[in-house]
Amino acid sequence: MVGIHLKTLIFERSELDHLVETLKRRDYKVIGPLLRGGAIVYDEITNTSSLPIGWTDERSNGKYRLKNRDDAVVFDWTVGPQSWKRFLFPPIQKIFATHKRPKGIDLPNTKKQPVQETVPAKYAFLGVRPCDLHAIAVQDKVFLGGPYRDPVYERKRSGNFIIAVNCRQAGGTCFCASMGTGPKATSGFDIALTEVLEGKRHYFIVEVGTELGGEVLKSLKCLKATDENLAALKEICEKTTQQMGRSLDTTNLKSILYQNSEHPRWESTASRCLTCANCTMVCPTCFCATIEDVTDLSGKQAERMRKWDSCFTLDFSYIHGGSVRASTKARYRQWVTHKLASWVDQFGTLGCVGCGRCITWCPVGIDITEEVRTIRENQS
Amino acid sequence: MATDPELLSLKVDYKWNPMLPWPFQIRRVKHETEDTFTIELQPLGALEEFAYQPGQFNMLYVYGVGEIPISISGDPANPRVLVHTTRAVGTVTKAMDKMKRGDILGIRGPYGTPWPIDQANGSDVVFVAGGIGLAPLRPALYEVVAHRELYGKVVLLYGTRTPLDVLFRQELENWRARFDLEIYVTVDRAMTGWRGNVGVVTNLIPRAPFDPRNTMAFVCGPEIMMRFTAMELHKRGVDNEHIFVSMERNMKCAIGLCGHCQFGSVFVCKDGPVFRYSEIKEMLVKWEI
Amino acid sequence: MEDLKNILAEHPFFSGLNEEYFALIVGCASNMRIDAGKIIHREGEEANHFYLIRSGKVTLQMMTPNKGPLIIETLTEGDILGWSWLVPPYTWHFDAKALDLTRMIALDGKCLRTKCENDHHLGYELLKRFADIMMKRLESTRLQLMDIYGDRP
Ligand SMILES: Cc1cc2nc3c(=O)[nH]c(=O)nc-3n(C[C@H](O)[C@H](O)[C@H](O)COP(=O)(O)OP(=O)(O)OC[C@H]3O[C@@H](n4cnc5c(N)ncnc54)[C@H](O)[C@@H]3O)c2cc1C
Ligand code: SF4
Ligand code: SF4
Ligand code: FES
Repeated sequence: MVGIHLKTLIFERSELDHLVETLKRRDYKVIGPLLRGGAIVYDEITNTSSLPIGWTDERSNGKYRLKNRDDAVVFDWTVGPQSWKRFLFPPIQKIFATHKRPKGIDLPNTKKQPVQETVPAKYAFLGVRPCDLHAIAVQDKVFLGGPYRDPVYERKRSGNFIIAVNCRQAGGTCFCASMGTGPKATSGFDIALTEVLEGKRHYFIVEVGTELGGEVLKSLKCLKATDENLAALKEICEKTTQQMGRSLDTTNLKSILYQNSEHPRWESTASRCLTCANCTMVCPTCFCATIEDVTDLSGKQAERMRKWDSCFTLDFSYIHGGSVRASTKARYRQWVTHKLASWVDQFGTLGCVGCGRCITWCPVGIDITEEVRTIRENQS
Repeated sequence: MATDPELLSLKVDYKWNPMLPWPFQIRRVKHETEDTFTIELQPLGALEEFAYQPGQFNMLYVYGVGEIPISISGDPANPRVLVHTTRAVGTVTKAMDKMKRGDILGIRGPYGTPWPIDQANGSDVVFVAGGIGLAPLRPALYEVVAHRELYGKVVLLYGTRTPLDVLFRQELENWRARFDLEIYVTVDRAMTGWRGNVGVVTNLIPRAPFDPRNTMAFVCGPEIMMRFTAMELHKRGVDNEHIFVSMERNMKCAIGLCGHCQFGSVFVCKDGPVFRYSEIKEMLVKWEI
Repeated sequence: MEDLKNILAEHPFFSGLNEEYFALIVGCASNMRIDAGKIIHREGEEANHFYLIRSGKVTLQMMTPNKGPLIIETLTEGDILGWSWLVPPYTWHFDAKALDLTRMIALDGKCLRTKCENDHHLGYELLKRFADIMMKRLESTRLQLMDIYGDRP
């Protein structure tokens, strides 16, 4: 990336509050993690007291549970059921409203002067995991890299300030190391934090990714990182990598999946799959959406809403006469093949960043890494 | 895998949202057959003309009901009128069928890849249409007829259900009367009194007058029909690379952002709907892809 | 006769047939001319011929009690009409009618089928060729049955 000078600093835990304040002063809407309904979710925060201090999460196939750790570590959880995509690509978004008039209808483009939309506050994201950073980069390609750019995404994405947090421990379903997306953030952030708790000392190692990041840090009390600090950073990230229990071998994966479109495994996994669409809803890269038309009771106003959709629904592929992907097998195959094969053809990158959410939130515990391994090892 | 900074540095254009339709007013409605109608539309507001290429489609929005992809069926030489021919099959198309002169539709487009007519210069051109598939081919026919001297033989093979379902009857008659166009129509079944062909459109291919080694074929119709047609054209000697088909998939955005139109690794809305047959041949025989 | 022979020799249906069999077939062939609107054969009649259409147009049709005659298929130049002569009970399953003035070569199936019974090699050669036509017709019929342009293909 151009204009990036990587340098490493440290600041004490107490400075985290100043970071949030500084960002607010700079007119950012700060979004960070908080506890809600038994999960760690992301929402607007005003200070660090609402962060999930001392909490960690336990994740396995189909299971997610929070646990209190009796210490004051802020970022010792991995990923929750939500991702940052809900802020950049909202689950529901109004496209436009139109009105019935005595003479026809008026559409937003009726007037020569198109509607001017107000510029919303810029987002600052606090606590973005390396896998999720990559997920944002993947969605950038989807929404901004094609012949048509998504105006909603573009607006919400512009001017983001991103504070990444390197992972001190791997979640039970994580496999970012094998996907080359973590557990350490290497790019795509303004600043990246690594939390260190050494006896009584609680501080953050800070890597600066952009000039803006460096500028924001000027309002904080920072020190230059020492060799010991850098060694601690390295050690933490290595430990996390070693801890990671799952992996997905991506070698030659695209052609393996294309060539095995009739593998019996699709059918057998389909017999477990409930087509609930959870995996696509929690996935930070899935971008599919449908449109819903709503009219008020009088019929005088009609709205078009864009809503998240999933290739697991029957309607998704409906054309007059029936659905193209009628069987569960076909829909399940579409999901895996899209994430790990056709995505590469479409966007030049994999559609999976190894965050493991789809494994955690699958009610029957289907594991994408296991599926790929089975097909790879028993190619037809 | 960081995001290309160029992607993010481009300026946000708040004024332009590709999901917003433009208002168009219906100037004329023509009922082609019992279930198929053609509407002529004129832009309202800021737009004056609507330029497009043969084979492209628009998203048509019916107030409060929904939005669907429909190919443009008019003459590209006349960008002041926008023409769509639609078969009423379901919610949105039936609502459209009820619309009258003066009513307003929302339109956005044109989208998708066109029929690559320019690649047919100097060769024979064969159009194979099935059912409503004649509508998306008509702009290409207009264009070829308008520059007739650029092509060798020009043949239209058109198959539909019954004689009552034949679209653009008058136009077909006019074209048939020309000495430089070969028009063949066949129906799946007919009552006596029909003097044309009965049988599937693929039956017309072996005897149609064109030189298979120097032919560009444009095929549009139900997927099964296109598959059999391409096979038959290939059997006759037409190179798979010279056969083009127009695909149909569910579409919500038409601009590559909603994921609905995925067909294997391609998006029908932006990589298609017109594809080179040789490029999608393998996917066409995969089930539920 | 020479003319007939040439036409038959050029038709793909007979290609690859040995001299002896070909001569035999030419011996069973005769020219035929049917005026527009005339019936060639009717459903239920004894099937003793098959035809190679040289020009014109023939419709295969079926009587329906409430809709009148329904056209199932049209055959034109180069098409082969009729295979009922080959399989018992040797009766036509459709009406065949000349839509335009039609010229055909009629082949005497009654004579041929006796020869086929006696010479299975000839029988196989002919059956193979008819199987190909039947397969193509079946394929088109299936497509027609699917009603692909209809409401729910
Ligand atoms: C590129 C393209 C060009 C087309 N051109 C023509 C044309 O020129 N003339 C014509 O008559 N038809 C055309 N179609 C088919 C036409 O879009 C469908 O018949 C129409 O969408 C059916 O909508 P409906 O609401 O009437 O049907 P329903 O069966 O009631 O469908 C219900 C809903 O399903 C969705 N849906 C169904 N089919 C499709 C589809 N193919 N794409 C997106 N959403 C769908 C829509 O949201 C629709 O409202 C084209 C399709 C495509 C993809
Ligand atoms: S497919 Fe699963 S592991 Fe991969 S990015 Fe999506 S949710 Fe995460
Ligand atoms: S996996 Fe399914 S829901 Fe996700 S982006 Fe691909 S098609 Fe859309
Ligand atoms: S129609 Fe939305 S991606 Fe093609």
